[in-house]
Amino acid sequence: MSRSTAETAARVPEATEDSSLSDTQVSGTPRRRLLLLLVVAALAVAGAGSYGLSAFLQERASHEAASTVKVVLATSLPGEPFVMFRNTAPGQGYGQAATVALADPSGERALSGQACDRVYASKELVSCLRTINGIPTKYEAETYDASLRRLDSWTLGGIPSRTRLSGDSSLIATTVFVAGHSYASAGFSTETVIRGRDGTAHGNLEEFALISDGTRIKASDRNIWGVTFVPGAPTGFYATASSQGHIWLVRGDLAARTLTVLASGVECPSISPDGTRIAFKKSTTGTLVGHRNIAVLELASGTQTVLAEERDIDDQLEWLDNSTVVYGVPRDDAGQDSDVWAVSAEAGAAPRLFIEHAWSPAVVR
Amino acid sequence: MSDRKGGQQDLQETDGRAALTAFRLSPVIIWLGIVSMLTDISSESAAAILPLYVTGFLGLSTIAFGVIDGINQGASAIVRIGAGWVSDRTGHPKRVAVAGYGLSMAARVGFLFAGGFWAIAGIVTGDRIGKGIRTAPRDALISAAAQPEYLARSFAIHRMLDNIGAAAGPLIAFLILMLIPNGFNTVFVVSLAFAAIGVAVLVLVVPDKIKVTARRAGATSRPAFRWYRLKWTYLKKQGLGRLVAVTGLLGLLTIGDGFVYLLLQNREAFAVQWFPLLYVGTNVAFLVFAVPLGRLADRWGRVPVFLAGHVALLVCYVLAVLPLGGTAATLGCLLLLGVFYAATDGVLSALVSQLAPPERLGTALGTAQTVVALSRMAAAACFGLLWYLLGPGAAAACVAGLLALAVPAAAVVLRGSAGRPVAP
Repeated sequence: MSRSTAETAARVPEATEDSSLSDTQVSGTPRRRLLLLLVVAALAVAGAGSYGLSAFLQERASHEAASTVKVVLATSLPGEPFVMFRNTAPGQGYGQAATVALADPSGERALSGQACDRVYASKELVSCLRTINGIPTKYEAETYDASLRRLDSWTLGGIPSRTRLSGDSSLIATTVFVAGHSYASAGFSTETVIRGRDGTAHGNLEEFALISDGTRIKASDRNIWGVTFVPGAPTGFYATASSQGHIWLVRGDLAARTLTVLASGVECPSISPDGTRIAFKKSTTGTLVGHRNIAVLELASGTQTVLAEERDIDDQLEWLDNSTVVYGVPRDDAGQDSDVWAVSAEAGAAPRLFIEHAWSPAVVR
Repeated sequence: MSDRKGGQQDLQETDGRAALTAFRLSPVIIWLGIVSMLTDISSESAAAILPLYVTGFLGLSTIAFGVIDGINQGASAIVRIGAGWVSDRTGHPKRVAVAGYGLSMAARVGFLFAGGFWAIAGIVTGDRIGKGIRTAPRDALISAAAQPEYLARSFAIHRMLDNIGAAAGPLIAFLILMLIPNGFNTVFVVSLAFAAIGVAVLVLVVPDKIKVTARRAGATSRPAFRWYRLKWTYLKKQGLGRLVAVTGLLGLLTIGDGFVYLLLQNREAFAVQWFPLLYVGTNVAFLVFAVPLGRLADRWGRVPVFLAGHVALLVCYVLAVLPLGGTAATLGCLLLLGVFYAATDGVLSALVSQLAPPERLGTALGTAQTVVALSRMAAAACFGLLWYLLGPGAAAACVAGLLALAVPAAAVVLRGSAGRPVAP
């Protein structure tokens, strides 16, 4: 079509070369073309409009429908050991932080009433990261006590990605994606912050000294994510650091404000309750792009074991007990629903479904 | 500025000429403006939600995405010259523009089906390359449709319409997500619809007319100036070289909106989440000032306005660094940033159009745009490093100081060589 348009348009002005350019071009647009344009525009608007309307109605219907799983409203955190997670069962309560008893993970789930993209919990504290759609889209973190009363609320600098609490519930770690600040400069980076429960700022971990083999790494393109607090050590944690294409496991010290490189290729660490092993994601290519397997690092010996889970894992792993890890796996391509799976932390063990329609698990013993 | 005197002469010249040629806006420019407006609604609405969408799909691989996108931007910058050259070579800027707009539209379709890392990376690459392809031939079409005396004003009208789209796009996207929380596909469908209408306007309504014949016709109708014009061609080419060199130099000191907002955020401690609205604010200032400054450029001289735009940028840097604080300072920065774009973006294309030989107009526009894009990318990279080494305030003060030196230098280099309305 463009060829014939071009030729017609090119021919017209030649005929009337000495009249002004703009005039010839107006008359060069036949009414038929304007009409065709009107039809195209009407079709496009009608198509997009009906798509949007049906998406809107579908969304509303699924929100108002009863949940596909058995739910009850919670007024406090359970007294017995429990698992907290993001409920992704369609229907009412979708997206809310919920709990199930550790003894009965497929049983009735108690909804917190709080929508969270990422959630983590201890016996006495809940950390919830969420996206608030608006103009523009906002991101915030909130903490709740054992009675699910809001303790604190603050703004996050980007899209929620990870959150963890220290064993004594005194520290909250959050990782978000800070997207490029425009279409023209769309770089993505992570921003990981540790904050005291009382609001004390421990700062952005990017500002901590990153030390490898005793020397300080000065590259400014560093990304830090996936904090896991060492059980029983008030200022110690592990995390992932990445710079110049490397991925490192680092040991962080909150008091000294340092991150020390321990190993390479260990991403998104999660320390076992007894503090002896780290479960992590291992990229098959060794880079940031590639299939991620689950692996376990023995801290004392340094030996790594890759587990039998074959799917690509993006979640930060969580320990169910000292020998089993749990993690979220998307259920479909749309990314709206997911399940939490469990696998024994030994080579060859088969993964099993742990909690259906769930994401972002936190095990509270 | 040192060019001031020349500018005043120009003003007198133009005053005389204004009586001869009244401003008549070509509908082609309006249509091209509408094409750009629709395309910008399309691209900016998708861009506004792209981070959310991409991180949802890619998880932590998103970090690697930034690296690829940097490469894309470089590629997009470089194809501008190529697209300009092809449009000159074939004499069909419209076909090249259709290819560019069409490629970006095809990328929108891709979003509806893409899942993996490389699929999304490929789609974003297609979108960016499409943007790179379309810019130079489109400006060549605008230039061909504009009256030479009112080039800057004509480009300004196009840029105004373009920025209405850039400001509306993110708002539309956020509105859709408010109504449909996970409505990414709806945003992409709406974005596709705008892109399709834009391409339809371009294909159906905009003529594929290049200016060579028109200019020759113009020249023969004024035989008295013909030899004089020919003699000027050589000098004009020199002027173009100097203009591009100056543009590159100034581009190296243009750190980008993102960093200006980070400077403001650093001082004001407002949340990064407001950045999309800062962009909308800058775009609104751009669209409001585009036409007044374009008219001024045609009357006062294009070089003085182009340089004055960089002075606005300099004041913006200073305002962002000074320990003033407050909403007024932030709004002032956005306003100045908008003025900077209004005084430089369309005006540069007008200057290039004025200086380039008609048969090489596309290449010249593409070259200038490539130089702008690459020098600004380099500026952002260098400023990022300076930020890390010196801290935000000192880094910005450093760039502001260099810009304060570069603007007078640019004025000296461009003195007498360009920027005056074309001699009759």
